[in-house]
Amino acid sequence: MFINYLKYCLRQAVVSLSRNRWLALISTGMIAVSLAILGGFLLGAVNVDQVMKNVQSNLEIAVFLNESADIPALEEKIAQLDGISSLRFIDRHKGLEEFGRSLGDEALLEELTGESNPLPDAFRVRGVSVELIPELAGQIERFSGVESVDYGGELVLSITSISGWLNSFSIAVSALLAVGAIFLVGTTIRLSVVIRQEEIGIMKHLGASNWFIRLPFLLEGLAIGFAGTLVSLTVLGLAYYRLAALLIRKSPLFFLHPVTDPGKLFLVFGSLLLLGVVMGGLGSLFSIRRFLKV
Amino acid sequence: MLYMPIWKEVPLLIRMEAVSKIYKTGGTPALSDLDLQIGRGEFVFLVGPSGAGKTTLIKLISREEMPTSGRIDFLERDTAAYREPELLRHRRRMGLVFQDYRLLKSKTIYENVAMALEVIGRPSREIRELVPSALERVGLLEKENSFPSELSGGEQQRAGIARAIVRKPLLILADEPTGNVDRKTARGLMDLFETINSDGTTVIVATHAWDLVDRLQKRVITLEKGRITGDEQQGSYDHVH
Repeated sequence: MFINYLKYCLRQAVVSLSRNRWLALISTGMIAVSLAILGGFLLGAVNVDQVMKNVQSNLEIAVFLNESADIPALEEKIAQLDGISSLRFIDRHKGLEEFGRSLGDEALLEELTGESNPLPDAFRVRGVSVELIPELAGQIERFSGVESVDYGGELVLSITSISGWLNSFSIAVSALLAVGAIFLVGTTIRLSVVIRQEEIGIMKHLGASNWFIRLPFLLEGLAIGFAGTLVSLTVLGLAYYRLAALLIRKSPLFFLHPVTDPGKLFLVFGSLLLLGVVMGGLGSLFSIRRFLKV
Repeated sequence: MLYMPIWKEVPLLIRMEAVSKIYKTGGTPALSDLDLQIGRGEFVFLVGPSGAGKTTLIKLISREEMPTSGRIDFLERDTAAYREPELLRHRRRMGLVFQDYRLLKSKTIYENVAMALEVIGRPSREIRELVPSALERVGLLEKENSFPSELSGGEQQRAGIARAIVRKPLLILADEPTGNVDRKTARGLMDLFETINSDGTTVIVATHAWDLVDRLQKRVITLEKGRITGDEQQGSYDHVH
């Protein structure tokens, strides 16, 4: 009985889709566009998150010491602070070597070796999270023997605030797009319902259950949602693949490398697919509800 | 002669007690204080002028409408107490025939009749057996692949009747089934209803066709201004003014 019922509903959905194929195509296209934008935001958010983590994992507080500093005592005091993930002592000679390496030409600093070295001894401190860095830097700066601290404070604050702002913005835009897409599917299904209103009335008189009447429309909406999502995922996937390949090849900064972890990408694309299908289904259910009273 | 309960021995199909229906608050009642019993296997004509309440009565029986007051029992069960599954069962136990046939233009006659079985999930094998049998009964088997637009009014109504009887219902409710066909065709349709009734199916026909009512000599319930003004076994159309 259920198989017959399902076959009937599928047949009705296919007939209805082919009857309203232009509107169905437009709705599919609109869902594809909406989800592609939504997907773009999601991928952006995932990548910003990765960049944040990359920056975070490499963000350090440089603690410059004065000449009278009691290095072992200071090291112990810093290590005891909450939120410290690592602590490394760099004496002034090693500091100069590292600086030279970062410039890419150690020969440039040859004249500054020995007593001419202008760099002080220092600690390199890492926090367990980027948000803790400003507070840790403030605490360390107050310890005796500390000349100054540097952690790129503005960069940290900017990244935190931009990332928060981007997340809120993408959630708001995504919600708007999702509502728009649901409305579009709803309009397509409503047209199908209006075209089939006489049939619905007859079916009700014949004793068809509400779900029997609903299901073909629901399948129609789900099919539109699914097709739209597939189009958007194909476009999004190809665009992301090309952009990611370009960034990996050209970007000089390791932390700007895009997300290529299949697990993370599958989560984004899978969520989009689910969302598209759910949007199609919701649009259908909202449209058919008021036509069921016969 | 007003209705007398002379079919007490027949199990009741429909019992109405003090049923009134008002569509708009403060408006004229479509039906007023109706008491009525219809037994299983009866053939009943509902007659009366336009606006007398015939269609409203049919809608109340099919539970397309609910009474404003009073009670309607179908097989001893209060129809107002139906939940959705019972309402579906109620509708599946009856076949409706409309004046305008209500056939779907995009479907063949076979498909229109089959729809009555498809919507209640009957298996394809059963549909393949029952639909030709119903079409044969109304004399339309050779037109099963035609579309409604290719048939005459009488043939379309026969298809409507085939759709109503294909599920072997307890009750056929026909609202002005001969309203859109000529006299000769109308007589054929009424004969068809009589044949269906002779198999034990209760038939209720609302009609203006006085000659057909007089010819068949069945129970006639006369409605005027929402009230029963006549109820006769082997009645005629005489009461209607």
